[in-house]
Amino acid sequence: MPERIGLAAHDISCQRGGRVLFHDLSFALAPSEGLLVTGPNGAGKTSLLRQIAGLLPLAAGWLNLEGAKQDAELPELCHYVGHLNGIKTSFTVRENLAFWADYLGENDGSVPSALGAFGLTPLADFPAGLLSAGQKRKLALSRLFAATRPIWLLDEPQVSLDAPSLKLLEAAIKDHLEGGGIAVVASHTALKTKFAHKVALGGKRKP
Amino acid sequence: MKAALALLARDVTLAWREGGAIGTAIGFYLVVVAITPLGLGPDLNLLARIAPGMLWIALLLAALLSADRIFHNDYEDGALDVLTTGPLPLPLVAAVKSLAHWLTTGVPLALLAPLLGLLLNLPVAAWPLLVLAMLVGTPAVSFVASIGASLTLGLRRSGLLLALLVLPLYVPVLIFGVATASAAITGPTSSWPPFLMLCALSLASIVLAPIAAAAALRTALR
Repeated sequence: MPERIGLAAHDISCQRGGRVLFHDLSFALAPSEGLLVTGPNGAGKTSLLRQIAGLLPLAAGWLNLEGAKQDAELPELCHYVGHLNGIKTSFTVRENLAFWADYLGENDGSVPSALGAFGLTPLADFPAGLLSAGQKRKLALSRLFAATRPIWLLDEPQVSLDAPSLKLLEAAIKDHLEGGGIAVVASHTALKTKFAHKVALGGKRKP
Repeated sequence: MKAALALLARDVTLAWREGGAIGTAIGFYLVVVAITPLGLGPDLNLLARIAPGMLWIALLLAALLSADRIFHNDYEDGALDVLTTGPLPLPLVAAVKSLAHWLTTGVPLALLAPLLGLLLNLPVAAWPLLVLAMLVGTPAVSFVASIGASLTLGLRRSGLLLALLVLPLYVPVLIFGVATASAAITGPTSSWPPFLMLCALSLASIVLAPIAAAAALRTALR
């Protein structure tokens, strides 16, 4: 069960290569609330997720954690699943997950359930380099279950997933939200999960 | 601590499994040292005199061959993004990855040095000090290389640029490393002052290099 925390953004802006992608963006997510970020290519969806994960500095504004422990750092509460899967091709599926379970969280014994989350158990001892694109994506998403973290940052998570896996993903996000977690999902195609908040980026752009 | 150990174990396993890193470094080391006597001729006294220097230079170049692997693969496949969201601060991530590089290149190359010293007529009396100096000096090599590796992250064909950036920083290590072994061969000065300088260089780079590497990584990840 993830700890219940809230995440709020106050007037944050993002600047890349001298161009303002978005500005004065604010949202407030209580526990169990999800945020769907939509927008055309280049609108700043990935940049917003990377800002929350602490990979990209905020050009203006600030992010606020509510209800977290005093010394909690925002990136350490986040699961970031980006465009790249972060998979070691010379490791087996199990070794990949075991590393992330050890590295990201302190909970032991999460690997078998993480393997099962997207049905990768039969492939556990298969070299990750031989997986298909969709299977690699599922392995990257299984990381969400290898360690318990309250904030999920998913960047186009449905890319290359087949229909049954997409259902699993939607159910996983739903369960996470019902368990008191937060999910920020960037996507330009519809996901069936219900999101409490929506942000459309790239409406009007300032030079 | 658990995260640091997991990362160290992963990097060492990857280096063994992917083979390229250790194999290329050792092969390069062997070839460079083996062709030196062919170029210089069979003057045994000359070879013995230049042996420590030759071994150190070959070691530095061999270690540089695999230096770009410290961060490059994790950067390419996106694992570095996830590593930054872990419990370890970025300088510690850089330190652990440099340590893994040292374990998989510095240590094997240092242990191999006496064997290659045979090819250069290195006096047996100098073997222990040479290996000791290399074991103590190679952490500086790996940790300083991590600065170059993080600065050249995301560049194509970064190997040569990395060498240009890092080799000048290796000059003190080279000078004191060679001086330690040479003093043991030719005397009459003691080996200890240069050896202790080498220890100091390693300790300083273990502390300072990860901070510089982490700063460069932050910029590369933007």
